[in-house]
Formats: sequence, C-alpha cells, structure tokens
Amino acid sequence: MTSHRIKGAGRLTPARKARFTFDGKIYTALEGDTVASALLANGVHLMGRSFKYHRPRGVLSAGAEEPNALLDVARDSARRQPNVRASVQEVFDGAIIQSQNRWPFLSFDIGGINNLLSPFFAAGFYYKTFMWPREAWAKLYEPIIRRAAGLGVAPKEEDPDHYANRFAHCDVLVAGAGAAGLTAALSAAETGAQVILADERAEVGGALLFDTGTVIDGKPGYDWAQGVLAKLKAMPNVRVLTRTTVFGYYNHNFIGLAERVTDHLPRPDKSLPRERLWQVRAKKVVLATGAIERHMVFANNDRPGIMLASAARMYLNHYGVAVGSKVGVYTAHDSAYEAAFDLKRAGIDVVSIVDCRAKPSEALLAAARNLGIEVLSGYSVVNTSGRLRISSMTVARNGSTNHRKIPVDALLMSGGWTPSVHLFSQSRGKLKFDVENQRFLPNVYAENCVSVGACNGTDDIGALLAEAASAGGCSLSLSGESAYGWTGGMIGAAEGAGPDTAVKAFVDFQHDVTAKDIRLAVREGMHSIEHIKRFTTNGMASDQGKLSNMHGLAIAAEMLGKDIPQVGLTTFRAPYTPVTYGTLIAHSRGDLFDPARKTPLHTELVAAGAEFEDVGNWKRAWYFPRRGEDMHAAVNRECRTAREVAGIFDASTLGKIEVVGPDAAKFLNLMYTNAWDNLKPGKCRYGIMTREDGFIYDDGVVGRLAEDRFHVTTTTGGAPRVLHHMEDYLQTEFPDLKVWLTSTTEQWAVIAVQGPKAREIIEPLVEGLDLSNEAFPHMSVAECTVMGVPARLFRVSFTGEIGFEVNVPADYGASVWKAIWERGEALGACLYGTETMHVLRAEKGYIIVGQDTDGTVTPDDAGYGWAVSKKKTDFVGIRGLKRPDLIRSGRKQLVGLLTQDLTEVLEEGGQIVADPNEPKPMTMLGHVTSAYWSENLGRSIAIALVADGRARMGQTVYIPMKDKTIAATVTDMVFFDKEGGRIHG
Amino acid sequence: MLLIHCPYCGESRSELEFRWAGEAHIARPENIAEISDEAFAEYFFIRDNTKGIAWERWRHIHGCGRFFNTIRDTVSDKFLLSYKAGLPRQPVPGASETVEGDAA
Repeated sequence: MTSHRIKGAGRLTPARKARFTFDGKIYTALEGDTVASALLANGVHLMGRSFKYHRPRGVLSAGAEEPNALLDVARDSARRQPNVRASVQEVFDGAIIQSQNRWPFLSFDIGGINNLLSPFFAAGFYYKTFMWPREAWAKLYEPIIRRAAGLGVAPKEEDPDHYANRFAHCDVLVAGAGAAGLTAALSAAETGAQVILADERAEVGGALLFDTGTVIDGKPGYDWAQGVLAKLKAMPNVRVLTRTTVFGYYNHNFIGLAERVTDHLPRPDKSLPRERLWQVRAKKVVLATGAIERHMVFANNDRPGIMLASAARMYLNHYGVAVGSKVGVYTAHDSAYEAAFDLKRAGIDVVSIVDCRAKPSEALLAAARNLGIEVLSGYSVVNTSGRLRISSMTVARNGSTNHRKIPVDALLMSGGWTPSVHLFSQSRGKLKFDVENQRFLPNVYAENCVSVGACNGTDDIGALLAEAASAGGCSLSLSGESAYGWTGGMIGAAEGAGPDTAVKAFVDFQHDVTAKDIRLAVREGMHSIEHIKRFTTNGMASDQGKLSNMHGLAIAAEMLGKDIPQVGLTTFRAPYTPVTYGTLIAHSRGDLFDPARKTPLHTELVAAGAEFEDVGNWKRAWYFPRRGEDMHAAVNRECRTAREVAGIFDASTLGKIEVVGPDAAKFLNLMYTNAWDNLKPGKCRYGIMTREDGFIYDDGVVGRLAEDRFHVTTTTGGAPRVLHHMEDYLQTEFPDLKVWLTSTTEQWAVIAVQGPKAREIIEPLVEGLDLSNEAFPHMSVAECTVMGVPARLFRVSFTGEIGFEVNVPADYGASVWKAIWERGEALGACLYGTETMHVLRAEKGYIIVGQDTDGTVTPDDAGYGWAVSKKKTDFVGIRGLKRPDLIRSGRKQLVGLLTQDLTEVLEEGGQIVADPNEPKPMTMLGHVTSAYWSENLGRSIAIALVADGRARMGQTVYIPMKDKTIAATVTDMVFFDKEGGRIHG
Repeated sequence: MLLIHCPYCGESRSELEFRWAGEAHIARPENIAEISDEAFAEYFFIRDNTKGIAWERWRHIHGCGRFFNTIRDTVSDKFLLSYKAGLPRQPVPGASETVEGDAA
C-alpha cells in the first residue's frame, strides 16, 4: 500500500508505529496520529456515509468541528464507542475502527438509494409524511424513524471503564492553548495567580500546529508554543490540561471540563480513569477558543477528498500526510493560499487556486506565481464529480456558463473563519454582529470573563498577543508576524448554488441539509432562524452547526431579504462537543448511584435470612421466610406469631429528633396539632403535624424525657423534611424560643418487641426499671440500661399488642438485638419485617402518613380530629384547618372496607364508586389506600379514602377492576380488637 | 451552578450546599388564627414570582444549617446581596433608594 506520508514533513516520529483495523482491514499509523490522519496516510478518504442520503463522505476537518468522519472506535466488545470524530480520536495500537450508517459495505451501501430518492426527503419530510393514519405511528413510523435516526450503534454491554470527577478552584481559567491562550496563561501565571489552562488537543499550539508561517518572539509559532508550555509546566501555580475540552460554561464562572485520560493509550493502566470530569470555579475566565474555518457552499461540495484548507495544512504540517496528489483549492479567503503554498512546497501538484473574489491581493498572486500555481480569480467551483472520492472539479468564471473540468483528487476550500463564540454565548454573554466582516463577536459579558484572539475577532497577531497578555494581568512584550488575518471570506451559498438552482450544495454535512432545504423552509413560512433550524435540522447534529450555522443564517437572510441580526442566531448550548455519559456520571453508578442506608442491625437481619425492600434510601427487612415459605406464608406466620406470642422488629429507620431547651414544649405546641404542656415527663403521646394549609405532614410518637427534653419520632421517609420544617419555623418565625433541634435518627438502634410475651422477653435484660403495667403503662418512656447499655425504653405499640421499643446507641444495637432475639426465640416469638408491620397496623386502623394520606388529608379526614387541640391559640395549621374547603361536608374520609368475598384482596389505588352500572365517566368516591390479607381475621381488609365515608357505614361500594367489579362494605377502620384491651396487657 | 454567600459562615459556597426556601419577607401573621380567608390566602399561597430582582430565602442546609435572605436577579442569576434572617428587607445594592410616596 502506498504511503501518503511526506518524508521530512510533520512532527510525528516515524519509528513509533501503531497498528489498527478499519472495517476489518489492517493499517499502520504513527503514534500521535489521529484516526483521520492515519487513514489519510493510507490513502483512505472514504470514512463514512451521510445521515439521510447515505452519500459517501470523507474527513472534512482536522479538529472538533468534524461533521462527517464519525466512526465506531473499540478496544474490545464492551469498550466500544460510536460516533467518534476521526479528526479528534488518536490512534492507538490495537484499535478496532468501523464505519457507520452503511450496509453492507462502506463502498457499496444499499441506503445510498436515498440519495436518488432525495426529492422526497426534502426539509420537513418527516413532519409532512408521518402524520396519518394515527395508528401507523406506534407500529410503523416510529420504529422506522428510530432505526434510521442516529449514525452509530450504542454498545449493549456494560461499560467496564471507570470515570473520575474532580472539583477545582482557580484564579484564572484559560480555555484554549493557541497563541492567545498560551500568552494569557503565561501572563496570568506571572502575576502569581492560580491558573488552569485547558486545550482539547493532545498538543498545545492551536492554529500554530498547522500555520507554520506565524512567528512569535522571533521563533516559529509551534516552537514558541512548546517553549511557553515548558515554562508553564514548571510553574507551581499552573495546571495544564491537554486532551481536555472546556465543554460547558455555567453560572458564576462554573466551568465543566472533560479530560480524556486514556483513550489514546494502547494499554491503559487499569487504575486510570478513562475520562475525568473537572468542575472548576474560576474567578476569571479567559476564552481563547480561536476560530473555525468555514467550508464553501457549492454543488456536490461533500465528496471524499474535499476538505477545509486548514485541515489539509494540519495533515501536512503536523502529521506529515498529503491529502492528495493533484490538489485544487477553492477559496474566498487568503488563508487557503497558505495551504496551497505549503502543499506545493512539499512537492504536491496544486493544479489551481480558484478564488471567487475578483481581486485577491497582489502579494498573494505574486507568491502563487512564484510557486507556479495557477490562480483563477473571479472564478468558482460549480460542481464536482467522483463517486467515492473527488475526481474532478468544474470551474467557471463568475457569471459565465463556460465550464472547465479540472481533474483533482483533493479539493481544499475556505470560506473564511468563524470566531468560536460558543462558550461566550453559553455564559449568557450578548453577541453583536460585525457587519463589515459578517461575523458575530462577543459584546456584553455576563460573567467575569474576557475573550482574546481569534474568538474575539482580533486579527493582527501583534494586537492578539498584547490583548491576551493584558487579559492575563501582565504586559508581556511579545512580537509576532502572521501571513493572514481572520477577517474576510464569505457566508452563504457560493456561485452556482443560488436560489435559481436545484443543486445539492451542503450547508450542514452531518444532517444533510442543503442550501435548497433552507430556502424551502423560508418559502414554507419559517421566518425565524429558530424555526428554520428545527424544520431543516440545520445545526442540530452532534457538531451543533460549528460549520453550518453562519451559512444557514446567511442563506435564510438572503431569502427573507433581511439583515442577518434580524433573522437571529440560535443560542449555543453546552456541551461544546459531545461528552460521554460516563464522564458526567463519574462514580455515581452501581452501588454508588444512590447509596443505601443500612440500619445498625442490618448484618443481623441478613444473617436471619431477611428479604429486604427499599424504603427511600433505607434497606428495610421486608419479611423473614423460613425454608419452603413464600412471602405470603412467611407474612401470615409472622402476623399470627406476633399476636399469639410476640414479634421482634427493627424500627431503627424511624426518624428521631431530640428537641431540647426551656421552650421545648412551647415549640412542640406550635409544631404539632396536639397540646404538649400537659404531657408529663416519662409519658408519650401520638402527635400529628400539619402544614400551614392544614393537611397532615407527618406523625409520630413523642416522648417527654424531662421538662426540657423531648424524644420526637417521625415517619421513616419524613425525617429530613420534618427537621427542615421545624428548623425553618424555629429560625425564622419563632427565633426567640430557646430550643435546640438535633437529628438522632442514626444514633439510636430501635428494637421493637410487640406481643403478649413482649414483657417477658425483655424484662430480664432491662435494669433499673419496673416494667409492670402499673409502673410502666402503655405510652410510657424511661431512661434505663439494657444489658448495661444506656437505653431509652418506650412502651408503645404499632400493632395493638403490648409493645416496647428499645432504643440503644447504634453501636450496641447488634448485641442487644441478639440477646433479645435469643430470649424471644426460646419463648416462641418471631422476627417480622415491614410487610407484617403494615398488616398488623392496618388490622388496628393505624394510618401510615404518605400511604393512607397524600397531602390533601386533614386530621379530621383521617379520623384523628381528637388529636387537634381545641384550646391552643396557635399552631402551624390552625388557620389552614378553618379554610372553607377543609370544613365543608362531603370531604373524603378514611374508612375501613370489607370485601364481600372474604378472600378478595383489593388493589391499593383501586377507584371506588357507588353505582357500578353508572355510565362512564363514573362518579369516583375515592380510592383504596391500604389493602391486605389478614391472617388473624381470616379475611381481607382495606383502608380507603371515601367521600363522606363516615356517613356511609354499612353501605356497599364498588371497586371496578379491569376484569371484574368488587363489592365491599364500608366500616370503621379498626378491624381487630375493637375494644383495644390487648395493648394494655 | 450558583455560588452563594452564606452570611453566617462568611463564605461563598457552591449551590450544592444550599436549599432554596422561597420568597423572603413573608411574615407569618401574629394573629394567624383570626385572619380572614383572603388574608390567609395572601400569606400562604400568593407569591410575586418576580422576573428580575427577587428577595429570597436560602438555607445553608449542608453547611451551618441557617436560613438567610438574598437578593438575586432571576434573569442574570446574579446574587446582589446575602443577609441574615431577621433583618428587614435590604435595599438593592447600588440602586438609588426611592422613598415611597415621593412624587414621580
């Protein structure tokens, strides 16, 4: 195979080779090559197929703006990434690279038929075609569109790589390490500032990598850049990040950077992350993001071998690769001449420079003459030919119909340069249109930020260096010379691609949008660039229109007869270039995605064979199956045993807040509907907390340990918001109250022992406390020791049985649990989990806030009107409870439901109606909030919110299901031990 | 991500540490149990939802835990001032103070 490397050209080391495959064929590259430069060195221009028309495409650029050469790059089957830009990805030894969007081969692609059918695929095709019939959407259109959409195919295996995340702060963050960025970074560093300099390429230098004509400080630009880099790297206050894209500019100078750590390495160290997300807060941001060369918009401007002039220079001057052997140049800007000159000097045949401008500068023409290159000024390229690679260009004098066909195997183009204002725009800075030079430039800054160099429209190298130095804070005196500036060129359609033509002149290569499509959009009534963009999808591909936006805008403006600023510019959004999900997610995956909270008893529960359920972040024991038991059997056994003997339950997840201070009771009076003044130390009370609107917010048992100390419990899920709610009132509404709130949820392990033998189980383990009914009745609390461990013992019940909750410091939880279970087991007790807890409490009609209530239920609706103090003059919710809607009749109330078929367990959420034969829409009375099989009652039970429920006692209501209608009788909520004697033992 | 100054810690910290807590300077009526439905609705439900300069409450929930007030421009997301809870509504820094009732 012929190598297209030019001896002596480029900066790669010829001895360091890497082998890779492209579509199964083995190729050799040099270390430091991008996939694009390596393929070009092997004479491969055809790298992909376009999105819509499946047209053969080659690499267009040598940088991040690449729209065409998107490849699938893999190390192995799991480490595979689609849509990788060949011009950015560095080749590594062993890389497996495949083309995309073609079948069966890249060179012969059946989908290419779309190109012939293109008259049917004009802008807006999808919107117009896939509308009727409606039924076809789900079965036909959507699957077809989904299959057609997107270029690459995502890997199915889990990503085995890991990713890292770092936060950093700095005084100055410099985005881009070209001439301007390096100067700004050096200048800032010399003031002693903490500096981060980031550049997306593997090497610093920016345009200096290809533009060999620029001289800075008396040195060739590239050498100067490497010198500055060495200097910066030696400074302790500077961090240089290469292969790092500044992708997002967020509020208050918060900047997102994606560092590609190992993607260029053949055998990366496993300890290294593949990519690293940097989240940097910078005092000042210097944007030195340069400019991107535009293509020319002319007929068939998309064949492989047609590329940006600067890209060809980069492939030659940096990678030592000739992009062709017979090269044409088509330009509207001086910079392309430098490409022609460089290629010619490297011995490549440059057949002609076609300059659409009538009068290029004399100096350029003289230089071309000296090198023996024909310049056709006032000419344009009006067409090209060649199936898988350009074979000729057709040129014509502007305005003439006399065509001349010139054989070429590469065509370099330049429409001029577009300042990269993406990050500035992301920072919410306002752009202004530079009418003279037809470009958008930074104008009003929203953050402490400054743009320097080409992205700021600064043309002259001397001015650029001075501007960059001053942005850094020092006045470095640097001199520079450059052959051309960034202004000039053209935007919009070139000669031969105007409104009177029907040619395919591509504006957006990645989405196959042509000049004609944009004009069609305007003709169909799209007058804002935002509409035109969406109708044509111009600029909506993964390259975000880095090449196409300005052209699209100019063509639309011409059609509309408006100035460009009147048509508007679409807003640039983060990320600047695609960022992998891995980078954004970093460590937040698998076990670290959402950390699990485990109780101090977790290990014991696991050892006892518990099945767990997730409750918020908590892992809670759900039930404890014995050999051969399914969930149903286990729960039935646990329910029976708890009522007949006793059950032991891990209640550690209960929210706990220590409320302390001389005004503690006064504060709780304000936070709960109940009154707390009259609660004596050593006693507990069930409390209901409402919000200001009168709806139930939380509930729980509160124990008074001393005049000035309460042990408040909350629902498991409610703990953080209840503390937040209390803190809010304490700090902002009642700041004079002397009260301190402390979360103690994780400080206590809580072991609930419930059932007729509960006392017998714990009595021998408790020291210094008489547990008899007389001395320690239901709703008592005491501080004591359990097995020598300081404890808070509650006599409370969520089962309706005699119950104790043993609170011990978390670290002692496991040993106390073991001792209690040892005694319990010997006496015939069982362990039970949340499912049994739910059934037992429902048998007693105890509500669960958040399950039986939903934020629209008042204490009275729930049947807990007794818990609202009538005497208090204030509490949170006192006024809300008096709102007309909350006191009206007909509100939904919690009631019990008994299905007429004993074995029929209702579905939670089931809707309730009075008349099952009512035509739809039926009048819905409410819904089932809790429903269980009660083994103790030998029947199903349910709790439901029913309109006017308490007035419907004994009535039959119906729950229509998909396949049947279930009849149920409205009852009160207490199904078991209605007299409530058991709880008192 | 916003950078928020906590007047209690005296430091500017990342938004991650804070929780927004709604419009500032809405005092709970002293005699709340007695107020009319309209007054209650005004207190509990009605908010300005300003586009532009807004007085807001924030809580340094993953820091000192304190609630405090800020002045933020909801268009630019710039914080103009942070001040402690309990202080009266502060004027917008740099804005010329206008006294209510002044002739236009």
